[in-house]
Amino acid sequence: MPLNFHKYASPKVFYTLAGQLIPWFAGATVLVLGYGLYQSLFVAPPDYQQGESVRIMFIHVPAAWMSMFVYMVLAGAGAIGLIWNMKLAEMAATAAAPIGASFTFLALVTGSLWGKPMWGTWWVWDARLTSELILFFLYVGFMALQAAIDDPKRAARAGALFALVGVVNIPVIHFSVQWWNTLHQPASISSINKIGAPAIAPSILIPLLIMAVAFMLFFATVLLIRLRAEILQRERYTSWVAELVNP
Amino acid sequence: MNWSQYLAMGGYGLYVWTSYAVAALVLVYNLLSARRRTRQVRKQLQELARLNRAGNE
Repeated sequence: MPLNFHKYASPKVFYTLAGQLIPWFAGATVLVLGYGLYQSLFVAPPDYQQGESVRIMFIHVPAAWMSMFVYMVLAGAGAIGLIWNMKLAEMAATAAAPIGASFTFLALVTGSLWGKPMWGTWWVWDARLTSELILFFLYVGFMALQAAIDDPKRAARAGALFALVGVVNIPVIHFSVQWWNTLHQPASISSINKIGAPAIAPSILIPLLIMAVAFMLFFATVLLIRLRAEILQRERYTSWVAELVNP
Repeated sequence: MNWSQYLAMGGYGLYVWTSYAVAALVLVYNLLSARRRTRQVRKQLQELARLNRAGNE
């Protein structure tokens, strides 16, 4: 029997499911984040060139990955909402936006704090930094656009179209360090060195990946909390929400 | 381990600890704003229920 996705796409069913999932995601976030911080701050060795400043990377890189990942979730959910008219997907896009904006902000600020001691400047208009800043403006633009439209259906459609056009910025961010000769260093994880291993030592790679998982779990937790609020708001005239509020 | 030496982070202490502090603030802000949004919606729903009851009387 095929799994019935439509059942879980019903806002009512998903509301209950999300409520059951949140404690698990929250618990997993605390555990993985705790272990990741221990790894990042105590276990990982200082870099032979950058010294202890390399510890900024364990925040900066996961935040930057999440800034792009959340945008793809937002745009993907927006597209599903547009194509299949799925209400839950529309709400997911709205719920994801402020979280993605906050990760983008974190990536920009920690990048600046890393750039100052390593490059000697807080900011430079290089392609990677500029395209990441544009990503932040895309999140803000998406939220402002949705806030400006009263009808939720039209707000969802306008937001989804806006987000889909903005997807063009994601490959620009990703490839910016290859396309342009910039101050920002190229990707270390995907580049392979001469011996055929990733160009990053396991002692640095492991804390980085643990922190990335922690950020991902945190995103899932907050997304579910926000999505539940969004469901209640959009479904406020339905009988099941009325019963929930006033049993 | 010497704590003051550890906190100095080889001279990068200011940059490293500010990064981790901003990260902590961003995570806490996410949780607080999600909770605030939930409360806001709950309040709106209660107001709606109150108006419905008043309308039915």
